[in-house]
Amino acid sequence: MSRGVVFAATLSLFLAGVAWAVDTTPPIPDPALQERYVTLTHELRCVQCQNEAIADSPVEIAAQLRREVRESLIAGQSDDEIRETMVSRYSEFILFKPRWSAKTALLWLAPALMLLVGAFIALRVVGRRRQLLETDDSVVDEDGDG
Amino acid sequence: MSRLNKFILPLGGFALLAVLLAVGLKQAPEKGIIKSPLVGKLAPAYSLPDLMQPGAVVASDDLKGKWHVVNVWGSWCFACRDEHPMLLAIQQEGVVPIVGIDWNDEEAAGREWLAKLGNPYARVAVDREGRTAIHYGVTAAPESFLINPQGVIVKKVTGVITPKIWRDEMLPLIRGVAGGGQ
Amino acid sequence: MIPEIGHFALILAMLLALVQAALGLIGPRSTQPRYVDAVPSAVAGQFVFTCIAMGCLAKSFIDYDFSVRYVAENANSALPLFFRIAAMWGAHEGSLLLWIFVLSLWTVAVVLRARTLPRSFTARVLGVLGLLSFGFLLFTLATSNPFLRLDPPAPDGRDLNPLLQDVALAVHPPMLYTGYVGLSVAFAFACAAMIEGRLDQTWARWTRPWTTLAWSFLTAGIALGSWWAYYELGWGGFWFWDPVENASFRPWLVATALIHSLAVTDKRGLFKSWTLLLAITGFSLSLLGTFLVRSGVLVSVHSFAADPARGIFILAFLVVVIGGALGLYAWRAPSLRSEAGFEMTSRESFLLFNNILLVIAAAVIFGGTMAPMVSDALGQGALSVGPQYFNPSFALPALPLLALLSVGMHAGWKRGNLSRVKREVLFTGVLALALAVAIWLGAYGGRKLLMPLGIALGLWIVLSSLVDPVDRIRRKLSLPLGVVGMAVAHLGLGMTTIGITVVQSATLEIDRAVAPGETVKVGEYDFRFEGTKAVEGPNYSAVQGTVVVGKGGKDIVVLRPQKRTYWVQQNPMTEAGISASWNRDLFVAMGEDVGRGAWSLRLQVRPLIQFIWWGALVMTLGGVLSGLDRRYRQPKKAARDAVDAVAAEPAA
Repeated sequence: MSRGVVFAATLSLFLAGVAWAVDTTPPIPDPALQERYVTLTHELRCVQCQNEAIADSPVEIAAQLRREVRESLIAGQSDDEIRETMVSRYSEFILFKPRWSAKTALLWLAPALMLLVGAFIALRVVGRRRQLLETDDSVVDEDGDG
Repeated sequence: MSRLNKFILPLGGFALLAVLLAVGLKQAPEKGIIKSPLVGKLAPAYSLPDLMQPGAVVASDDLKGKWHVVNVWGSWCFACRDEHPMLLAIQQEGVVPIVGIDWNDEEAAGREWLAKLGNPYARVAVDREGRTAIHYGVTAAPESFLINPQGVIVKKVTGVITPKIWRDEMLPLIRGVAGGGQ
Repeated sequence: MIPEIGHFALILAMLLALVQAALGLIGPRSTQPRYVDAVPSAVAGQFVFTCIAMGCLAKSFIDYDFSVRYVAENANSALPLFFRIAAMWGAHEGSLLLWIFVLSLWTVAVVLRARTLPRSFTARVLGVLGLLSFGFLLFTLATSNPFLRLDPPAPDGRDLNPLLQDVALAVHPPMLYTGYVGLSVAFAFACAAMIEGRLDQTWARWTRPWTTLAWSFLTAGIALGSWWAYYELGWGGFWFWDPVENASFRPWLVATALIHSLAVTDKRGLFKSWTLLLAITGFSLSLLGTFLVRSGVLVSVHSFAADPARGIFILAFLVVVIGGALGLYAWRAPSLRSEAGFEMTSRESFLLFNNILLVIAAAVIFGGTMAPMVSDALGQGALSVGPQYFNPSFALPALPLLALLSVGMHAGWKRGNLSRVKREVLFTGVLALALAVAIWLGAYGGRKLLMPLGIALGLWIVLSSLVDPVDRIRRKLSLPLGVVGMAVAHLGLGMTTIGITVVQSATLEIDRAVAPGETVKVGEYDFRFEGTKAVEGPNYSAVQGTVVVGKGGKDIVVLRPQKRTYWVQQNPMTEAGISASWNRDLFVAMGEDVGRGAWSLRLQVRPLIQFIWWGALVMTLGGVLSGLDRRYRQPKKAARDAVDAVAAEPAA
């Protein structure tokens, strides 16, 4: 019940309609860092309004998380270190981009694997149908285009 | 025979999906509630201003060696209001002290709130900038952490501590009885 | 009184749906024609009572009847009339009623257009549709009744979610549902064919227009949702790969594959069992989407209030409907074989590639959306999948699909004869590439490599689509609607491809605090913030900013973004200020008041973003034109029927 209340409370807070886009901090002077900041803040999920990135979420905790990212970047941490710190506190749920691991390998490789399987199926089907052409004397009705 | 197998596949696949969805349904009430990776780990250290005694400091070391609950709240938080009587009851029971962390709040508003509703906390810290809360993986208020004498977080409660949660999940851990996980 | 009439009407509709299902499915087995004859009456009755229920709910909203719980939860005394009516489908219960209404509309349409179909077949189609109606009505009455009363009545309503108080609410859900539910017709056609044990080219020809029209509505519905998110949510994005967005995109991809697969089955009697499977899957994905949105198994901004109890009911419904259809498939499909052949460069071949790639795309989105749930269910902990996964993973099958389209649309049936059109293919390809590179370097600074690739693919599709119609006109051949529709739809796809590519690679965005009088340069445009003033709306108060946008020293347009606070729900909402033009959108959204009159603003220049939605509109138009082609309304030649009937004879 309590979990439901919190969830409902934060959900209704969001669903009731909130503004987006409130990064009031000036860009990081170093353009390379600024670019990493933009990328990272779009990769991290707002833990309260859970369907936005912290780059887009107007709630205070999103601004505070952006601040964390900014300070970590200026302190010289790598992107992976920043992600790891966030995950250590909020679990993998906070990352929109699943990190490559044994757990996610299948997820990332799936599209390519499916393409391979698809290509194999295509070749087999086309191969069989080409053979059948020899015994197929059906006439195609050219009305319209098909 | 192989022909038949091929056409059964969609049905088989769907059966698997249905099972998955059924499991997902059972877990549904907890979607959106992040399972804290900090459970079983040392509680992050903090040293924050004291809300009730300006100038004093509340540090995580202060309560080391004792079971205690860290409760994150704010005067702006409606659900914290619902939770408050429970916290007062826990204070009355005297089993464990509660440390409050006033999160993202105006100090005056926090003090006023406690004055009006009662202060269940042994110590109250102020986290104006939310840094400590982020170290603890806090996503919303109220959230509470049950910490053992070794300083390890043994349980996190996301949302209001209900009598049921206190009785069935937190007390057993404190008393060393089996049961009551996250 | 009115809500009770509505409630009663729903009960009657449900009973009539059951009658429709029983008569439709069992009637054909009887030698007496009167059972089958009675089915249209059941359909008509169900439609009438569904309309009455909709009318009663509408009246409750119009009359501010806050004794009805659903009205109290979704309206308010200050809510304007337009939104009061549209609020009918603003939440779970009412949206189900909309679903039921749309389903009965499609059912009536089937009855009206069924003259060329065999009567027993039509009866079975209507029977399946009746089962679906019955299931939804039962679910609504049992768990989601919009007519429940509050005692005592609420003094005022909780108001419609401000995000939904927009004209798009009036069109997006109805359009989308018309598409989702329209796929049930193809599904019903498939079930009827499986029950009868025969599926031939004639069946495919009957099914095509229904599927194409449903697809058109679905295209429009998804595009409207994307457009609405763009201008309403104030974040400037148009697609987030949110689980519910994905739930609408998957049936669209499968429906696209189905349209093309049906063409092959119609023309050559090939891919029968595959077409059958697609018809089942398309609507199954619609149903699955309904489940996901309402059961709470996925975290989504779009979810209706999550209720696992309702989820159990829908899941049971899914199991019965989809499980039943797939069971029929396992039983009947093995006997659907064809001995026809085709060449590798034939149209059949390209449509095979089309289908494989579309299905892979749908499967990728399915996997990504379900992965968090799978991870949780297997106890592997939390997992989260967002745009950074979906964008590249979707592009992998999508890019080859777009490339093959430009070639494949010229391929002839059976033997292909691509050499005949080699010149056109090469000419359009080279021209597209040249134009793309020119645009990339000239207009967009020549940076991201994805851009010329995407523009080239899109342009190639556009140019290729024009080849056949232009050729026909030149040779003074007939130009059937089917050919025009196909060309138009593909052209629209090309437009959308170009739009998405350019927007993704050339958008300029700046977020920062801006003081009154200050000018921010975004690309070639100067955004001058001139402060704010307070305005009042019918049910909200707002702070309205004025931003003057200029280019090259001249002012072009004034944008007036707003930060609204609706009186009832109190949470602030952004209305972006947008200047839309064919070649770019200028976008301003207000964030927060940061003191001394300054505000944090999100400023964007979005090149060619309008191409995305206009392209989708063109696709919709193409689909409609195609679906209205006269040859779908003509019975097929008798000789071919005889051949089909023999070829389709079940093995058993």
